[in-house]
Amino acid sequence: MRYVIIGAGVAGISAVEAIRSVDNTGEIVMISDDPNGYYSRPGLAYYLTGEIHDTALFPRNKADFQKLNFNFLRGRVTHILRKDHALIIDGKSRLAYDKLLIAVGARALPLEIPGSNVEGIVKLDHLVDAKNIVKMAKWGRSAVVVGGGITALELTEGLRARGMKVHYLLRGDRYWSNVLDKYESEVVEKRLEEEGVILHHHSELKEIFSKRGHVSEVELQDGKKIKCDMLAFAVGIRPCLELIQDTGLATDRGILVNEHLQTTDPDIFSAGDVAQAFDPLTGKSILDSLWDPAREQGRVAGLNMAGRRTAYLKSAAFNVTRLAGLTTTIIGVVGRGRDEDMIGIARGDSETWRELPEAIVAQSGFDINHMRLLIGDSHLVGAILMGDQTLSWPLQKMIASKADISPIRERLMEPNAKIADLIAQFWMSWRKQTAL
Amino acid sequence: MALLNIFKSDASKRIVLTRGHVVSESSRCVQCGICSYNCPIGINVRAHVWRNEPVNHSECLTCGECVARCPRGVLSFSEIDIFARREE
Ligand SMILES: Cc1cc2nc3c(=O)[nH]c(=O)nc-3n(C[C@H](O)[C@H](O)[C@H](O)COP(=O)(O)OP(=O)(O)OC[C@H]3O[C@@H](n4cnc5c(N)ncnc54)[C@H](O)[C@@H]3O)c2cc1C
Repeated sequence: MRYVIIGAGVAGISAVEAIRSVDNTGEIVMISDDPNGYYSRPGLAYYLTGEIHDTALFPRNKADFQKLNFNFLRGRVTHILRKDHALIIDGKSRLAYDKLLIAVGARALPLEIPGSNVEGIVKLDHLVDAKNIVKMAKWGRSAVVVGGGITALELTEGLRARGMKVHYLLRGDRYWSNVLDKYESEVVEKRLEEEGVILHHHSELKEIFSKRGHVSEVELQDGKKIKCDMLAFAVGIRPCLELIQDTGLATDRGILVNEHLQTTDPDIFSAGDVAQAFDPLTGKSILDSLWDPAREQGRVAGLNMAGRRTAYLKSAAFNVTRLAGLTTTIIGVVGRGRDEDMIGIARGDSETWRELPEAIVAQSGFDINHMRLLIGDSHLVGAILMGDQTLSWPLQKMIASKADISPIRERLMEPNAKIADLIAQFWMSWRKQTAL
Repeated sequence: MALLNIFKSDASKRIVLTRGHVVSESSRCVQCGICSYNCPIGINVRAHVWRNEPVNHSECLTCGECVARCPRGVLSFSEIDIFARREE
C-alpha cells in the first residue's frame, strides 16, 4: 500500500501520524513545494513582531520525522492522473498512489489594483513572504496596509513593531465589522492608535505608484495620496484548486468531501484549508481556514485512508487570536447575518470573573476584559472574549455541546446582569451533570 | 534590529503556582513555538501541547514563562495528578 500526501501543512502531517497509528508497514510519501516544509503558519505573525526567531517556527525536527517513517519529496505536483492512480511532479516525474490525500491549503488572493506588479508589495502567506517582509521593513520608513481580518492586523502590528510608520486603510467605518461589534472594534482601534498606527477609515486603494520599480506612493479613491516604502495586503484567501481543475473531482469553493473526507473519487481524500467538508449536523459543506480543523481533518482523512472508517465531526467554529495585543477568542456565531430571534449581549469586566478554580485560568490580568454572548432559544450560539480567557474554555464546551441554558437565560438578559458570574456558576453545575 | 516592544503578551501579568503543573488545551494551539522558545530550561512545551498532555517534565520549574507568553491562552496551571486524566 502506498499512501501519497500532497502538502506539508498541519493537515498533511496530522494525516501521516494518523496513518502510522494504525498502519506500521504501508509506504507513505509526502510531497510539498514549500522550500521550508512544515512550520507554524499562524506563528509567522509572532516572527514578524520579533517574539520568536524563525527557527522556532518548526514544530518537528529530523528525528521526529524519522520516527514517522515516511519519505519526503520536494516538488510541485502538476497533474493527478486518476485513471492511472498516479501523479506528475514538476511536469516530469511520475509517482503512483493507492490512496491520495490532497492537502494543498489556501493562498492569499492577489491585490488587483493598477500598478501592483512592482517591488515592495508584500503579503503574509508563507515563511518566504515573512522573511521578505523582515528584510524590507526598515525602521522609520512608511508602510501602507490594506485588507481586513486577522492577517491585516498581524501585518500592521508586525511592521509597527519593526519601527515602521504604519498607515492602515479601512474600507468602512470600523475594523472587522462583520465579526466584532462596535465596542470591540473601538477597543482594537484605540489600542492600535495608542501604539502609533495611523488609521484611515472609509479609505480604498485606487492606484499604486512606483519609482525605479519600487512602490513609492498610493492614491486612494478620494484622491488622497500616501507616500510609502511598502504596501502590505491581506484581502482574503482562496483554496488552491488549480491542481484538480481537470480531474473531474467535485468542487464548489473548495474540494467537496463527504464526512469521511473522501472526494468523489473513493481513493482520493482531501483535508485542511483546501477542503470543503460536509457537516452532517447542518447538512452544509463548509470551508474553514483554521489550524485546528485542518489538523482534525488530516487525522480523520488519514484514518479513513488506512481503512478505519471515521467520521469528521465539525465543532463550533473557534479561533483564539490576538487583536492589538489582546487575546481574543471567537466561538460559534458572532457576526452579522444571524437569526432574528437571537439576542446578543455584551459586557465588560466583572469583579468575580476570576473566582473559577485555578485549573481553568488561562490568562488574566488584562487591562480590558470583555465578553459578548449570543443567546439562542435554549442555548448559547456564540461568544467573544477579549482579554481574560478564564471563561473561554467553558464557553467553548457549552456552545459546542449546545448546553441547555434555560435556567439562566432570563437572568442573563436582565439589564446589568453579571453575565460572567452567571456563566461561571452555570458551568460548574453543568460540568458536574455532564461529567465533563 | 531592535524591535518596539508592543502588541506582545504582557509577560509581567502572570499567576505563578509553586505546586501544580502546566496543562494545555491543544485545540487552542497553533504550534507557534513561543512556549518552547521562552522556556528557560529548554523543555519542548509545544510537543506536549500537540499531544494534549500536561507538561509533565521532571525539570519543569513551573515558572509560568510559557503560560504568560502564550498568545492564545493555551497553557494554564493545574494541580492535577500527572498520572490522572486531565479533569476539565
Ligand atoms: C499569517 C497567517 C495567520 C494565521 N492565523 C491563524 C489563526 O490565528 N488561527 C488559526 O486557526 N489559523 C490561522 N491561520 C490558518 C492556518 O495556518 C491554516 O488553516 C492551516 O495552516 C491550514 O493547513 P493546511 O495543511 O490545510 O494547509 P497549508 O498549511 O497551507 O499547507 C499546504 C501545503 O501544500 C503545499 N502545496 C500546495 N500546492 C502544492 C502542489 N501543487 N504540490 C506540492 N505541494 C503543494 C504547500 O507548499 C504547503 O506545504 C493563519 C495562516 C496564516 C498564513
